[in-house]
Amino acid sequence: MADEKVALKHGAGGRAMRALIEDVFLKLASPVDGIGLSALDDGAALRVGDRWLVVTTDSHVVHPIFFPGGDIGRLAISGTVNDLAMMGATEPLALTCAVILEEGFPRRDLERLRDSMLATCREANAPIVTGDTKVMGKGEIDGVVLNTTGVALADRVVSDAGLRPGDRIIVTGSVGDHGMAVMMRRHQLGLEGDLRSDVAPLNGLVREVLRAGGEDVVAMKDPTRGGLASVLHEMAGKANVGILLQEPAVPVNPEVRAACEVLGIDPLVVANEGKAVIGVRPGAADRVMAALRSHPQGRRAALVGTALGERPGQVILDTGLGRRMLAEPDGEPLPRIC
Amino acid sequence: MASAIEELKFRDPAKARALTEALAREVDALGRSPVSVMHVCGSHEQAIARFGLRASFPRSLDVIMGPGCPVCVTDTPEVDEAVALAAQGARVCTYGDMLRLPGTSKSLADAQADGGKVEVVYSVSQAAELARRRPAEQVVFFASGFETTAVATAALVLAGVPDNLSVLSSHKYVPAAMDVVSGMKETNIEGFIAAGHAATITGWGIFEPFARQTGTPVVVAGFEPLDVLAAIVELVRLIRLGRPEVVNCYPRCVSKEGNRPAQEKLWKVFQAVDGNWRGIARVPRGNLDLKPEWERVNARHRFAIDTAAVGGAERNLLADRCICGSIMSGLAKPDQCALFGKECRPETPVGACMVSSEGACKIWHVYGGHPNLQEVA
Repeated sequence: MADEKVALKHGAGGRAMRALIEDVFLKLASPVDGIGLSALDDGAALRVGDRWLVVTTDSHVVHPIFFPGGDIGRLAISGTVNDLAMMGATEPLALTCAVILEEGFPRRDLERLRDSMLATCREANAPIVTGDTKVMGKGEIDGVVLNTTGVALADRVVSDAGLRPGDRIIVTGSVGDHGMAVMMRRHQLGLEGDLRSDVAPLNGLVREVLRAGGEDVVAMKDPTRGGLASVLHEMAGKANVGILLQEPAVPVNPEVRAACEVLGIDPLVVANEGKAVIGVRPGAADRVMAALRSHPQGRRAALVGTALGERPGQVILDTGLGRRMLAEPDGEPLPRIC
Repeated sequence: MASAIEELKFRDPAKARALTEALAREVDALGRSPVSVMHVCGSHEQAIARFGLRASFPRSLDVIMGPGCPVCVTDTPEVDEAVALAAQGARVCTYGDMLRLPGTSKSLADAQADGGKVEVVYSVSQAAELARRRPAEQVVFFASGFETTAVATAALVLAGVPDNLSVLSSHKYVPAAMDVVSGMKETNIEGFIAAGHAATITGWGIFEPFARQTGTPVVVAGFEPLDVLAAIVELVRLIRLGRPEVVNCYPRCVSKEGNRPAQEKLWKVFQAVDGNWRGIARVPRGNLDLKPEWERVNARHRFAIDTAAVGGAERNLLADRCICGSIMSGLAKPDQCALFGKECRPETPVGACMVSSEGACKIWHVYGGHPNLQEVA
């Protein structure tokens, strides 16, 4: 194993990435009062008095840095705000921002990214309070890497391991928008049409969910790399339940569906940057759905699945025409023609 | 584009339910178990696996994928020829799936890693363009695919290719393989589902002698889930009635005569010759090779291909445990292979069926394997 090299799939959010983290980085974990590294959750939660300090960090690389519907600046703010929100911390105290730039990076682009970050921070009500800047030589890094860290206080932490058989699973809107918009632009496939990334901070939406669902909101995760399929596998594995996913109930925009069909890609494994997957106790499902649908970011929220006692750790897909197992994505989905 | 997809009605759950109920009635009326039918196309397997159709089939019905992946049945010595040509300095162009297909000791991807000039193309005309751009090089198009794809190769040859381009054909002819598989006693296939896209070229009439001679009904099917379901219902009905006929369930694309100009092109350039299909058998008239009058574009004539130099003496212990041959003959299912999903995965394929997106093992792997889902409420 030691002579193996790191491959792109090790960063793609699927099975390979989880294996790498478990094999290499889990050794860094030590016991904490709360949720630490070993939980492999969206962030950590440390007990501070009778509240929780939630901390999360994320480095952002995306090619291209400007894409339909957003850019790497908006992505860096949204990604970290969303990781906090998925732990139940919807009011960020502060963000940090570290920037690594490649020699020759246009200053105009940098200012454009700053403006985008500022706008997104205002949207999320999350101030950037400190930062760091480094420049590397030409070719030593691809354009720009943005790292953001977020901290927030929460009264109650929502993990991603809380499902029990019978719980309902909600997705807050259409899936696949971000990944397909970026992929089309990256591979210049000329099929862009109305494809737009969904990148957005979700803390406002999650606030409403928690207000409506309270303690009955038992699991949350944002389906970024690896998409809905990856998140459901993680939730099923951590809670030791099976999940039955109703494919026809999963909202997919027609543009995304068409592009996926042409390229032979399953929208369920495509990345999202402005959606959440939420597990709720069965009695709270209607309440939470009503709260979601009355929020502009949750109008297309849908009940898509149920946790089962059978087949722990696995996800069963009901296609409307039959049933099969949903495979955990292995790596980055690639268009069939590339 | 989007609205066209939305309007596709060949995935309607209510219609699918009606068809699966009809299928259950037909299988019941037949009163035997198991009833085995075979399709011979990776795209049919994709539709069945992707939409989870097997979970709605009656338990006594076995729908088996036969030799329906042209990449998978490309024989080891054919890969060796391409690897040898790359080693001899030719620029070898081929379709993407062919790159990782194992030869005796090397694949084309290995040949590329060794410094050989190997290139992926998406069409034969792209290979011709490449040859035009590099007049000083010898460019070889390693042509794979069934009769559908062979037509494209034929059309290009007829239109005239650059002097420095030649064709290494591993094109295969499906009807010939159906003869072989239907003769295998172990599989006991009672009916065939024929591939709709191949039949758009050949016409459905081509299966009539086969059905008569073997006493096996054939149904031509399209590739949407409802196409496949409807074809299976019809096939079981024909089996129940004991009628070895050909029924065209894909009339929106397929006619009895097929595409005459395409057939003319195909047979002007290619002839059916006996050949080995990987892991299956020698298939009489199963390979499509260039006719003698096209010798000058035939790589096998242009070059003295030295496969001995790339043939491997090393024994691959993993490959010895691979059961792709049995899978392609319909004798075993991918999940009956000890390597499936473990040592053999899409990123590290051991057998041909895990290499191509048309291969049974790859398809089953992508769509979650094949546990029995009928017991899950």
